[in-house]
Amino acid sequence: MRRRIVWASVAGFLTTCFLMFVRFFLPRAIFEPSSTFKIGFPGDYALGVDTKWQQQYRIWVDKTSDRVFVVYARCTHLGCTPDWKASENKFKCPCHGSGYDSEAINFEGPAPRPMDRAHVELDAEGQIVVDVSKLYQWPKGERNQFNDPGAFIPL
Amino acid sequence: MDEPKDQKETKQLTGEKTNVGLVERAKDTAMSLKDRALEEAKDYKDPQQTQVWKSIFRVSHERSDPRNRSLAILSNVFLHLHPAKINRDAVRYQYTWGMGGITFYLFIVLTFTGVLLMFYYHPTKIVAFRDILYLEHDVPFGKLLRNMHRWAAHLMVITTWLHMFRVVLTGSYKRPREFNWCVGVVLLVLTLLLSFTGYLLPDDQLGFWAVTVGTNMARATPMLGSEGPFGAQLGLTPYNDVRFGLLGGSIVDDNALLRSYIWHCIGIPLVASIFMAVHFWRIRKDGGISGPAPVMLESEMKVLKKK
Repeated sequence: MRRRIVWASVAGFLTTCFLMFVRFFLPRAIFEPSSTFKIGFPGDYALGVDTKWQQQYRIWVDKTSDRVFVVYARCTHLGCTPDWKASENKFKCPCHGSGYDSEAINFEGPAPRPMDRAHVELDAEGQIVVDVSKLYQWPKGERNQFNDPGAFIPL
Repeated sequence: MDEPKDQKETKQLTGEKTNVGLVERAKDTAMSLKDRALEEAKDYKDPQQTQVWKSIFRVSHERSDPRNRSLAILSNVFLHLHPAKINRDAVRYQYTWGMGGITFYLFIVLTFTGVLLMFYYHPTKIVAFRDILYLEHDVPFGKLLRNMHRWAAHLMVITTWLHMFRVVLTGSYKRPREFNWCVGVVLLVLTLLLSFTGYLLPDDQLGFWAVTVGTNMARATPMLGSEGPFGAQLGLTPYNDVRFGLLGGSIVDDNALLRSYIWHCIGIPLVASIFMAVHFWRIRKDGGISGPAPVMLESEMKVLKKK
């Protein structure tokens, strides 16, 4: 009995140590760019794809006849940043060749679904506020979240 | 007045006697010193008989005695890694390809060149790639060093696979070597992880996107990744899943570079070294390199024919 208690204590101690070791690798504070930011007014953008925020925020602003939405510039295959090929009117991923049309819907290559869209809303001023920590997806064979409120700004 | 005279005489007498004794004793000492010097000089002709040699190797090298030869190997920390006796047929290069040994040799090359590279490399986003350019273009022999490390790394992955292939072909994974096969598989994984963590360190486009892709796969880990099976049910998000733990953040940034560096330079090599020690030890304990059927030398055949 005494031995069992000793061994249980040792095992408990080591387990605690291991859990602390694992927790150690998940920092509380991270020094990364904020996931929410303002990108101006809907009227600032012309129809089609705008790449001016790609370097800074990893997004594209996409305007169609009835809505403005923000595409998170991350290939749904394995997370590279595709390039906007204006002459071919498509996004092309340099890593494994996934292709997306001008609304970021996949049509070639290994990508399993369209590129995700970031949460957008208008602030009191009327500027678009983007939150890339909240993404809307359209996984193959599942519900399309692109028409959810917050996934686009109606015009 | 008589007393002092006697004393004088006795002093003179004894004085003469001691003088004679001293000369003789000096002669004796000189002779014995000469003998000792001669004896020691004899020893110097054979360095193995010196005290220095004996204190280092502890066992006398009587080459005629096989037990002594074995002891000399076994009682030496470096030589004991080699078996005292080996099966002649099992060490033919056609049989082993020497792949395990080459892999270990490459590991040593990588450790040495890697430590030297560490003298010039800072694992931070701002200077990492600049340090690589500096190593390539300005550090004396830096380009040679970096390329040795790079090519040895590529080669080590290849030789590890070839070693494994050879072990499969010769059936060396079978009883009693199952455990060592498993240790070897762990070593293969560690080798691949070393290769992968080293990939990010130059902080170039190639490495950056390779690690982006690699860690994005980790998102899909069951129970551990935010996009994997049961991930959402367990409350995992991109900010607390296994990828976050690997990168130290949600993006491949400074923390990821530093973590990659530490795993690459300390964590994985340390664990791999322990597994290697077990691996080599078990080769010996499992009966050495698994051998083919014994092959006879021509000389031995002649002996048989004569009989």
